[in-house]
Amino acid sequence: MEKQLFTISVYTENNPGLLNRIATIFLKRHINIESLNVSRSEIENVHRFTIVARMTEVAVKKLVGQIEKQIEVIKAYYHTDDEIIFHETALYKIASNLLFDKREIQNIIKNSHASIVTVNPDFFVIEKTGFRKETEALYDELAPYGIMQFVRTGRISVSKTEMKISEQLKNL
Amino acid sequence: MGNSTNNKSTERIIGAEAVVRALLEEGADLAYGYPGGAIMPIYDELYKYQDKLQHVLTRHEQGAIHAAQGFARVSGKVGVCLATSGPGATNLITGIADAQIDSTPLVCITGQVASHLLGTDAFQETDVISISAPVTKWNIQVTKSQDIPAAIAKAFFIARSGRPGPVLIDITKDAQLGELDYSYEKCSAVRSYKPVPETNIEKVKEAAELMNAAKKPFIVFGQGVILGEAEAELKALIEKGGIPSAWTVLGLSALPTEHPLNVGMVGMHGHYGPNKLTNECDLLIAIGMRFDDRVTGTLDTYAKQAKVIHFDIDPAEIDKNVKTDVAVIGNSKDTLAKILPFINETKHEAWHNEFKEYRKIEDEAVIIPQLEPTKEGLTMGEVINQVNKETNGDAVIVSDVGQHQMFTVRYADFTTTRSNVTSGGLGTMGFALPAAIGAKMGAPEREVVAYIGDGGYQMTCQELGTILQTGAAVKIVVLNNEFLGMVRQWQQLFFDKRYASTVMTNPDFIKLAEAYDIKATKVVKREDLAGAVKEMIASKESYFLEVMIEKEDNVFPMVPTGASVSDVRLK
Repeated sequence: MEKQLFTISVYTENNPGLLNRIATIFLKRHINIESLNVSRSEIENVHRFTIVARMTEVAVKKLVGQIEKQIEVIKAYYHTDDEIIFHETALYKIASNLLFDKREIQNIIKNSHASIVTVNPDFFVIEKTGFRKETEALYDELAPYGIMQFVRTGRISVSKTEMKISEQLKNL
Repeated sequence: MGNSTNNKSTERIIGAEAVVRALLEEGADLAYGYPGGAIMPIYDELYKYQDKLQHVLTRHEQGAIHAAQGFARVSGKVGVCLATSGPGATNLITGIADAQIDSTPLVCITGQVASHLLGTDAFQETDVISISAPVTKWNIQVTKSQDIPAAIAKAFFIARSGRPGPVLIDITKDAQLGELDYSYEKCSAVRSYKPVPETNIEKVKEAAELMNAAKKPFIVFGQGVILGEAEAELKALIEKGGIPSAWTVLGLSALPTEHPLNVGMVGMHGHYGPNKLTNECDLLIAIGMRFDDRVTGTLDTYAKQAKVIHFDIDPAEIDKNVKTDVAVIGNSKDTLAKILPFINETKHEAWHNEFKEYRKIEDEAVIIPQLEPTKEGLTMGEVINQVNKETNGDAVIVSDVGQHQMFTVRYADFTTTRSNVTSGGLGTMGFALPAAIGAKMGAPEREVVAYIGDGGYQMTCQELGTILQTGAAVKIVVLNNEFLGMVRQWQQLFFDKRYASTVMTNPDFIKLAEAYDIKATKVVKREDLAGAVKEMIASKESYFLEVMIEKEDNVFPMVPTGASVSDVRLK
């Protein structure tokens, strides 16, 4: 079975130590986490981990089973890319003088539908939200001019179908 | 977590006293442990409550947790152990890992440095929450006195419910010393945790259909039957369906040895027929077992011809190792009771006879030479058989890890459930002596016999001190072949007899036992065996029996690592 990218969504109680427990499940099976995001969810006091990793479907099924087994995990799901709406956000910090010296940068920003978050005399910050390949493409275009700092968030996603977590919580 | 209702009366006490009172609320009147700086306030309360809660001082924290495991395994109650921070806590880890893989309910309480010192590398500070996370069912650090009762309530609930397991509560010293408004309420639910998943009755019916249609059905049961208290339900199913049934190491004792449909053990050193016929059955019915690699051999050729039904309480076990056709999720007592009415009364005599034929081959090649040896040297099997005769198979049998463990599970007789205590999943040498102490305290009216190799014995023989201090009347049988026998066997079979670091120069075990005031006998010749065993079993006190064993005897049958179960070797 072929390895593919899966997005694993884990709904949990908000307790310290859970990140460690979930990370250990990946570590024990030698699976590299490609991106990880933790945030609040649509339900009060329920947190959501969004984890992206590459493996076979057989492996992801077992992995999700082990994650769900954790006492403070409410529910875990896995999805392929075509089952979810997903994005990442990247920030690019560029020297301000380039905005005037290298005017083509303005076109790059405009064509990539990125926005400028802040400008000050020393640097300006571009923000781009989209697929990995879009933030990568912008990186490649800006790199020749010099990027002072670059950072990208983990993937965030919502499923196309309903996950009905609130209902399940009521039943638990 | 927790809910302190307003109408409930509260008392002002310190955290340490709350720990002891919470333990008592949960029915724990026995705990094993070892004191130290960060847990002293709790020990001070144990002193005050000693008429209500017995604390057993072991000689090492590992001894404390294995004793708690032995206690839990025979009694079905939650084992409790206590240790201080740092090395006290890390010394528990082997036992915690053992309890996790063998699904043993434990509550471990560790002291921790005061909360203002956390993260400062204070004296005896260790991050036991992180260290124990992968090997606990749940753990929590408590830094506020007020949180203690609810944490302990939750810990007991999680440890004993569903698929049981060890939990750890790490309590900072300031939380032990600080005051709280004490009231206790047992925990009966955690919203993110469903201990027993719902059983789908359609799956029960599908499983019954497969069982009724099968010509060669074969049951393999594990500890899930014992943990679910489903022994009677298992027996009823086996008898109604006329299904030959084999056990895993941890399933042993759920079905009496003498039951006509008990065909023996599966796995690496299991019986010949059950291994061979795993690959000939048309339906494999797994009950409360997890298809460990020691059971299955290589999965590529494991029961490929058969349909597979898997009964388990843990959904994560389904399809983990072996792909199932029908999974019946739920508590074994419940699921087995549910399926029984759908099962046709059947006999599979021709199929059962195939097991008996293989048994004859095994008797001839392995079992008779082991139990009635013609060679001069004593065998482990004949010692175990001699004990069977004296106890009528009614004893609790504890074994350590290695060759003697495999001989024990193969040859010890059982009439009663919860009588086989051994470290199955983790294979922890040093387990047996402390586990036997706990087992005796968990079933004081029963005979407890511990079989231990000369290697494993020396890993925890300091616990003779615990026997001396408590008077726990355990019968210790050291089967001494002056080798780390199981590793030596592998060296003989797979490493051209290069006996690297498996030769043991042993101390005088008799003097060692006598130093702890334990009656001790050494048997070197066959003619002395029966009398010594008789004396040991007759003794009302603890007893140490050392038997010198043929040095290079091997455990067979054997499924070599990576081989198929049907390639099981008789020699």
